[in-house]
Amino acid sequence: MSILVNRDTRLVVQGVTGREGAFHSTAMLEYGTNIVAGVTPGKGGQSTLDGRVPVFDTVAEAVEQTGATASCIFVPAAFAPDAMLEAADGGLALVICITEGVPVLDMLRVYHVLKQKGVRLIGPNCPGLTSVDEAKVGIIPGNIHVRGSVGLVSRSGTLTYEVVQAMTDAGIGQTTTVGIGGDPIVGTTFVDVLDMFNQDDETEAIVMIGEIGGEEEERAAEFCAREVRKPMAAFIAGRTAPPGRRMGHAGAIISGGAGTAESKRTALEAAGIRVADSPSHIPQLLRDVGVR
Amino acid sequence: MGAATQEIRLKLQEYRSKEILARHGVPLLGGATATTPEQARAAAADIAGPVVVKAQVLVGGRGKAGGVKLAANPDETADRAREIIGLDIKGTTVKTVLVAPAAEIAHEYYLGLILDRATRAITVIASAEGGVEIEETAKTSPEAILRLRLHPLIGLQEHQVRRVGFFLGIPAELRNDFAAVLRGLHAAFMESDADLAEVNPLVVTDGGRLLALDAKIVLDDSALPRHPDLEAMRDLNEEEPSEIAAREAGISFIKLEGTIGCMVNGAGLAMTTMDLVKLAGGEPANFLDIGGGAKADRVAAAFRIILDDPNVKAILINIFGGITRGDEVARGIVEARAGLTRDVPMVVRIVGTNANEAEPILAEANLITADSLDDAAAKAVAAAEGRTA
Repeated sequence: MSILVNRDTRLVVQGVTGREGAFHSTAMLEYGTNIVAGVTPGKGGQSTLDGRVPVFDTVAEAVEQTGATASCIFVPAAFAPDAMLEAADGGLALVICITEGVPVLDMLRVYHVLKQKGVRLIGPNCPGLTSVDEAKVGIIPGNIHVRGSVGLVSRSGTLTYEVVQAMTDAGIGQTTTVGIGGDPIVGTTFVDVLDMFNQDDETEAIVMIGEIGGEEEERAAEFCAREVRKPMAAFIAGRTAPPGRRMGHAGAIISGGAGTAESKRTALEAAGIRVADSPSHIPQLLRDVGVR
Repeated sequence: MGAATQEIRLKLQEYRSKEILARHGVPLLGGATATTPEQARAAAADIAGPVVVKAQVLVGGRGKAGGVKLAANPDETADRAREIIGLDIKGTTVKTVLVAPAAEIAHEYYLGLILDRATRAITVIASAEGGVEIEETAKTSPEAILRLRLHPLIGLQEHQVRRVGFFLGIPAELRNDFAAVLRGLHAAFMESDADLAEVNPLVVTDGGRLLALDAKIVLDDSALPRHPDLEAMRDLNEEEPSEIAAREAGISFIKLEGTIGCMVNGAGLAMTTMDLVKLAGGEPANFLDIGGGAKADRVAAAFRIILDDPNVKAILINIFGGITRGDEVARGIVEARAGLTRDVPMVVRIVGTNANEAEPILAEANLITADSLDDAAAKAVAAAEGRTA
């Protein structure tokens, strides 16, 4: 098993004919992802990516014609909130938004509407996810993975690749790697993904990659102490980041001092999770907790 | 990508924040800005009464630093403005003062709206202990603070406005005025795409008026493309010239105090690179995320920005190719380096997409290369100290 996406995932790509959308859709097809449709308003009826993918004007039409089950969004930031709502209205249960720079107040509305509809949103401003050897949705390079038993969840993009590569180089494979995104409001949190990994039979250990700011890592640590019985390792980026620049006024009030790398590390260690000093130490920490 | 890019937020000066609040019906004493003592004198003459002269800087604690002074008449106002303009407050030189009517304060409150990530909602924060930093109140007497979550889809409701007013103990005859303040603050927050909008202090004067004496609005950078009027309110005097140049080049950059310049793709990896420099015994000179898909021109701009800092003794370039192609960055490095006026040792680590194609380009240019990030950090620290790792 894996989480969120697998061989049965039928993907529609919103913004498939754009520069980023076309480039990454090609990489997804090469990885073996089943892209059943693309959506670009005004280009319905055409086909794209060397005739491999039919294009529709609307998500609803794409779903009706192809039985798509999930969407990956590459449209520009100004149109991304509408694209997420369209995916939800089109009946998709899983929406992955790669787009960076979505205004926060737009996300506030989109988040709550999708939540009410029971739609699982990943991102925005995320690299997507890969269920190794099954499906890759988003922009994570496919070739850094090797199939194995470790689930990985991260708020970062390239830092995720760094850790996955370090694991692969050490011969430690992954089930699914998920980038949840670094924006103030994202659809899926660490806790959501940890819960999924915890219930996934094939995932035997979990790696969590956090960053300073907010308090999602602290919440995740609490959840792990309470619920997760699988071995874990973690890394937190930003020990040297200047506090004044990172912690906004708002965060400081609400969290009462949480949000620094130290507070996150302390919370994780209190939950029995070892925190690596460098991404390259993650494989050793995994070995130490019994990962082969 | 990542959290760091959105933390470089646009904070508006007091007088700009007040302009926005006034448009939304928040009662306040406007006044006028001045950049010279003569302008301050003229502003005071228009007000015809005692005034307060306030330094327009974004750092906190300007009152303690001598940046806020009372004046009884236009001549005194010019003197006070002369003292304040040019004053250094925590590294910012005062260029502009606000001359506003002075108010006799009977009571001070704090009233703010913030975007709370944890509850994914806009939250009202109110305290009857105004005039001090809300973080201070949060530490010393958290029970004195009301936090009220607004419905994410229907927003501020009348019963919530009443509740905040009762919590603060607003006098009965000022409750309607208070409702106008909170509704106006909320409207300003929503229409400006703010992250934070606060009035501190909100005061009741001796004469029984409710007024916003100081205000602060912080904007969501992601929403600025749809607010060119607010983007124009940015105070470039308050920003590092290098950070302004970076923004114009599409690069996320924060200047720090160390000696090792960092050029990385991705915010999380950029922070990690800084952490590993520190772990290797060095100090990073900056945070720099070159962004996705960077090509030669952006690499060149990044070099200029990093080398503009005279403290930089070595540069560590760490690129994990995904969207970004390693060979394009490598070519960008070699090209840009040829055009640089100052040269320092450079440690380059390129992995991921087209890393193999990057290798010969880097080897030919005699750059120090590294296999791992830990190795790269160690080599950069050594290079900055004039030795080889």
